[in-house]
Amino acid sequence: MPAVSKGDGMRGLAVFISDIRNCKSKEAEIKRINKELANIRSKFKGDKALDGYSKKKYVCKLLFIFLLGHDIDFGHMEAVNLLSSNKYTEKQIGYLFISVLVNSNSELIRLINNAIKNDLASRNPTFMCLALHCIANVGSREMGEAFAADIPRILVAGDSMDSVKQSAALCLLRLYKASPDLVPMGEWTARVVHLLNDQHMGVVTAAVSLITCLCKKNPDDFKTCISLAVSRLSRIVSSASTDLQDYTYYFVPAPWLSVKLLRLLQCYPPPEDAAVKGRLVECLETVLNKAQEPPKSKKVQHSNAKNAILFETISLIIHYDSEPNLLVRACNQLGQFLQHRETNLRYLALESMCTLASSEFSHEAVKTHIDTVINALKTERDVSVRQRAADLLYAMCDRSNAKQIVSEMLRYLETADYAIREEIVLKVAILAEKYAVDYSWYVDTILNLIRIAGDYVSEEVWYRVLQIVTNRDDVQGYAAKTVFEALQAPACHENMVKVGGYILGEFGNLIAGDPRSSPPVQFSLLHSKFHLCSVATRALLLSTYIKFINLFPETKATIQGVLRAGSQLRNADVELQQRAVEYLTLSSVASTDVLATVLEEMPPFPERESSILAKLKRKKGPGAGSALDDGRRDPSSNDINGGVEPTPSTVSTPSPSADLLGLRAAPPPAAPPAPSGAGNLLVDVFSDGPAAQPGLGPSAEEAFLSELEPPAPESPMALLADPAPAADPGPEDIGPPIPEADELLNKFVCKNNGVLFENQLLQIGVKSEFRQNLGRMYLFYGNKTSVQFQNFSPTVVHPGDLQTQLAVQTKRVAAQVDGGAQVQQVLNIECLRDFLTPPLLSVRFRYGGAPQSLTLKLPVTINKFFQPTEMAAQDFFQRWKQLSLPQQEAQKIFKANHPMDAEVTKAKLLGFGSALLDNVDPNPENFVGAGIIQTKALQVGCLLRLEPNAQAQMYRLTLRTSKEPVSRHLCELLAQQF
Amino acid sequence: MYTRIQHPLHLSMQFMLLFSRQGKLRLQKWYVPLSDKEKKKITRELVQTVLARKPKMCSFLEWRDLKIVYKRYASLYFCCAIEDQDNELITLEIIHRYVELLDKYFGSVCELDIIFNFEKAYFILDEFLLGGEVQETSKKNVLKAIEQADLLQESQNEEWGGLSEDIL
Repeated sequence: MPAVSKGDGMRGLAVFISDIRNCKSKEAEIKRINKELANIRSKFKGDKALDGYSKKKYVCKLLFIFLLGHDIDFGHMEAVNLLSSNKYTEKQIGYLFISVLVNSNSELIRLINNAIKNDLASRNPTFMCLALHCIANVGSREMGEAFAADIPRILVAGDSMDSVKQSAALCLLRLYKASPDLVPMGEWTARVVHLLNDQHMGVVTAAVSLITCLCKKNPDDFKTCISLAVSRLSRIVSSASTDLQDYTYYFVPAPWLSVKLLRLLQCYPPPEDAAVKGRLVECLETVLNKAQEPPKSKKVQHSNAKNAILFETISLIIHYDSEPNLLVRACNQLGQFLQHRETNLRYLALESMCTLASSEFSHEAVKTHIDTVINALKTERDVSVRQRAADLLYAMCDRSNAKQIVSEMLRYLETADYAIREEIVLKVAILAEKYAVDYSWYVDTILNLIRIAGDYVSEEVWYRVLQIVTNRDDVQGYAAKTVFEALQAPACHENMVKVGGYILGEFGNLIAGDPRSSPPVQFSLLHSKFHLCSVATRALLLSTYIKFINLFPETKATIQGVLRAGSQLRNADVELQQRAVEYLTLSSVASTDVLATVLEEMPPFPERESSILAKLKRKKGPGAGSALDDGRRDPSSNDINGGVEPTPSTVSTPSPSADLLGLRAAPPPAAPPAPSGAGNLLVDVFSDGPAAQPGLGPSAEEAFLSELEPPAPESPMALLADPAPAADPGPEDIGPPIPEADELLNKFVCKNNGVLFENQLLQIGVKSEFRQNLGRMYLFYGNKTSVQFQNFSPTVVHPGDLQTQLAVQTKRVAAQVDGGAQVQQVLNIECLRDFLTPPLLSVRFRYGGAPQSLTLKLPVTINKFFQPTEMAAQDFFQRWKQLSLPQQEAQKIFKANHPMDAEVTKAKLLGFGSALLDNVDPNPENFVGAGIIQTKALQVGCLLRLEPNAQAQMYRLTLRTSKEPVSRHLCELLAQQF
Repeated sequence: MYTRIQHPLHLSMQFMLLFSRQGKLRLQKWYVPLSDKEKKKITRELVQTVLARKPKMCSFLEWRDLKIVYKRYASLYFCCAIEDQDNELITLEIIHRYVELLDKYFGSVCELDIIFNFEKAYFILDEFLLGGEVQETSKKNVLKAIEQADLLQESQNEEWGGLSEDIL
């Protein structure tokens, strides 16, 4: 049962949609769709021209099919045709289709742009709005190139209708965001700012978005908007709820505009002008006051609109971060929302409080809500709200509440949703490190993390605990004892084995005095986990074992036995096998002194930004950000918050290079002392040993490192190296023209100037003029890069017989083209006789060592040598009859590729070179032309007739000349232009 | 895990989707350039995520690096993706105003109206939101624009005669 449709009912469409809805299965639906597609295709292809209504209906059906999720590969042309319809709904459907289904077909874009251009120039506001909507919906660079310069004019023109201004403002915004370089700044920008004063609220609403974007890019140029925005905002905020009529939404005056104005103000620091600032503060206070007033309506729309303004106001207050009074008031307001019955408000209050926590003025006020937030973490039923609560706890954490917050988060972790576990783990790890007073608490916390959520403890987290333990000798004994205890558990997470293995290998000696954790006990405990672990962990354990041989000589025999076992020495994994072989040899060949030097305790890690912090930042902007801002809100705690580093700034402030995995990209932690010395020693040790493979295996020290450091990336040299052979091609072997050469050539058949070619490196521009049988062409080669082109050599080549038909004289150009520079080349051309193929232009040069070559068709076609000839109708027909031999005539009937605009057609025919003769053809729609092609050897007289058929979107083109190949050639050249 | 949506445009609204409780997409409006494949993927994931949520849950969720604001009206879900710093509540009211516009135009709108007159739903949306930004919030003005267009087309229907003759 089709619903009532307003306006035009497209009955066929409604029936089709009904059919689809009645399909019982997906197969039936596809079958019905295929049937429809075949039907539409045959209608579009059929001989009978479709009327606009049918075209609209079929295009709309195609759109419906596409929106159902099926691919559509035809109909674009019909949609484009609808754009030039005079009927609003046909045009509208055409634009909708284009907006939804635009593809990068450049040919089509040109047609679309043409239609848009016509509508923009139509002075019909509804048509103009449609065109502007289309530009805003597509927003492509091509459209930017075509229209970015026109739209500012439409926007600020005194006679533009309000609705057109609104669309123009947002259309321009879209283009500016997509390609800011295309939108010319200028006199219009000042006038745009004054749209803030416009009487029409809709115009202001649209314009503020544009102004905000412009302000973000060029804050200084748009400063005047501050006072305008403040006064506009003030007028809205203080207006009664009914003053703004249709712009009042559920008793809230202009909520959208208010929010946008508050956003605009967030582009700037607080106003400098005291009066403006006073007025603004008054506004902000009014908003905060209104939040306390009883609601004017029970509808949720009323409270949402009101609170949308309130939250945006709070954002601005936080952005200014300079009014303690307002910050605290904001915090109290949010505190009320924390217990509101609306989930949405609780969510937003938690979120907004997160940013308040980073202000020194409101940090303490936020902390007073800790119990409510912890309660939210425990009791909220919606995971997204719980996550906000976790974020807020993280943001409000400082030395005074760290233990409470960390323990709550650990508890939460046990039941937390899988999706957010990793993030919670990172946050706990960071807080534990940051606010650790005694490091045993830190170690406990991390080991708890591994116990509770081992799978979510990323490498960065356990690397970090190792770094910290290595760097702080006061915690090493405790760490060794704790991991030893943790490893007692019958099932422990592999990450625990990794941490335990590493720590015992380094500091196991600190607990070896206790018989319960004697060296053999430590070893057998670790080795009991060995077989259950992955290769990487086993490799780490092997390194632990060799360290044990050094720490505890009494374990040497046992460990050598393990290393010697076939399962190690002949392990299928190369890394394990190599470690076993090398460690075994090291342990049996090296003296204790050598062993002690090689296997010395790891030196402290150089301090830098915590890799975990970096990881959290990568995962999540705001939460991590607020923790980073700690320094600002809590300067007193700065010197103790520094984690392991005595100078705290390196830990708690992001380093400029803040790369994501600090550990990986920074110099290897233990690199400076260990490898060089130890490496040399190893070579000495191995030089007479059986397994000596200098330079192949990692040293004992490096084996540890290679645990910490993932394999080095391929050398950057290899990535940048030029894969192409260095040799230049010889001067004679010119490549074939690039695939688009013909298309580029076609663009120049009816014009003489323009850009012939452009890619990322090079732009080639053309300017040319022709007289009689002579021509002069200037080619401009622009280097678009910042690097010099070398061996730059453009040459012109005459394929086949062309040498005898066309003479082209070129001047050499400089062999170097500097980055950003342009060189010019002059070509003198003489047409000797009629010719069919254009000469080739071959451009070769070296860019950054790599040879580049490019072959284009030089835009010299026979029609360039046309001399227009005026004649009367009588003369024309006489000559027409004289050229009546079948071979003298060439005719083509073809479909229009561009909108059929008489003015454009006229311009093209004139550009082609013939004279246009009026009053010759009885049908005024048709075009008739005449001219003589001048060559040195002969002249060729040409007559032409072009008959457009707008209904069928077809043309018939007829050429008659005294030379058969010329007729055909001209006909082909010209037919491609429409 | 998944590819991030690249949004060089920094538009406030990235896209709007309307889908039914059965997960059928009824309207899609994209304010960022994405491939059809990516659009389908996003739609699939998002429809699943939103449909899995319980009625009393909050209307906002973080998804990839965007914020999703959604609300259910009868059998239809309206779902908008906005950027991190954007205002969730005002977006919720963008949805509501759009629903009001549809309701006023169709006269107590239902899902069927949007199915059978999807093109009108798009036209109304374009008058209200352009390029992801609110263009005109006045109900009167938006509907005036749409109704003017309806009138324009009716009068044109009368003056248009039969097919013109085919010369070729």
